[in-house]
Amino acid sequence: MAIEVRIPTILRTYTGGEKAVTADGASLSALIDDLEAGHPGIKDRLIDNGDLRRFVNVYINDEDVRFIGGLEATLKDGDQVVVLPAVAGGAV
Amino acid sequence: MLTLDQATYDAIVAHAKRDHPDEACGIVAGPEGSDRPERYVEMVNAAGSPTFYEFDSTDLFQLYKEMDANGEEPVVVYHSHTATEAYPSRTDIGLASEPNAHYVLVSTREHGNNEGPVEFRSYRIVDGEVTEEEVTVVPELSAR
Ligand SMILES: [Zn+2]
Repeated sequence: MAIEVRIPTILRTYTGGEKAVTADGASLSALIDDLEAGHPGIKDRLIDNGDLRRFVNVYINDEDVRFIGGLEATLKDGDQVVVLPAVAGGAV
Repeated sequence: MLTLDQATYDAIVAHAKRDHPDEACGIVAGPEGSDRPERYVEMVNAAGSPTFYEFDSTDLFQLYKEMDANGEEPVVVYHSHTATEAYPSRTDIGLASEPNAHYVLVSTREHGNNEGPVEFRSYRIVDGEVTEEEVTVVPELSAR
């Protein structure tokens, strides 16, 4: 199974500058573990306390995973995963 | 240094004034690696708040998809502060994730929705380090 994962600029330090890498997993959670195996440190930038970080958005085939099961969202061969940090901030 | 054309500068200021007292936000995209802010894109502040801004996650995805297809990147990421100075807050710094972008902050605290000057400042935010830079407004960007 091969799933393309698009990596945002800020996380490319973990992928040797690559914009996209391939990984494996039947769920988003498994995929992130597989990513971590190949790119140590990346998991901590995506997950905090067992859940997706509040300001990291992950999409499976154009769909925000928060609407399709979060880390339990299922994946199949050929799916495309996109990681985008939120563009956000505040006055405080 | 950030070099912006007058029309884009005016559009950012107008957006900030219009959305006051809520924070306004958006980007100016440009060809990857060019450092040219060419395409102004106003975004909706999904937080709809006077103290917070966040691009809607679906809008964000569409925006990046579009930029990707055009070979663009966010050259400027802008937002407004409506009651405080145009300086990145701790939250702004913690969440800044475009090391190549110019982070523009506009403060509308003086004149709100009305005519009048605004504070308009630009920063690089890399690894939690904030560096202010000069802003130069030109009638039009030079030819490529
Ligand atoms: Zn801010």
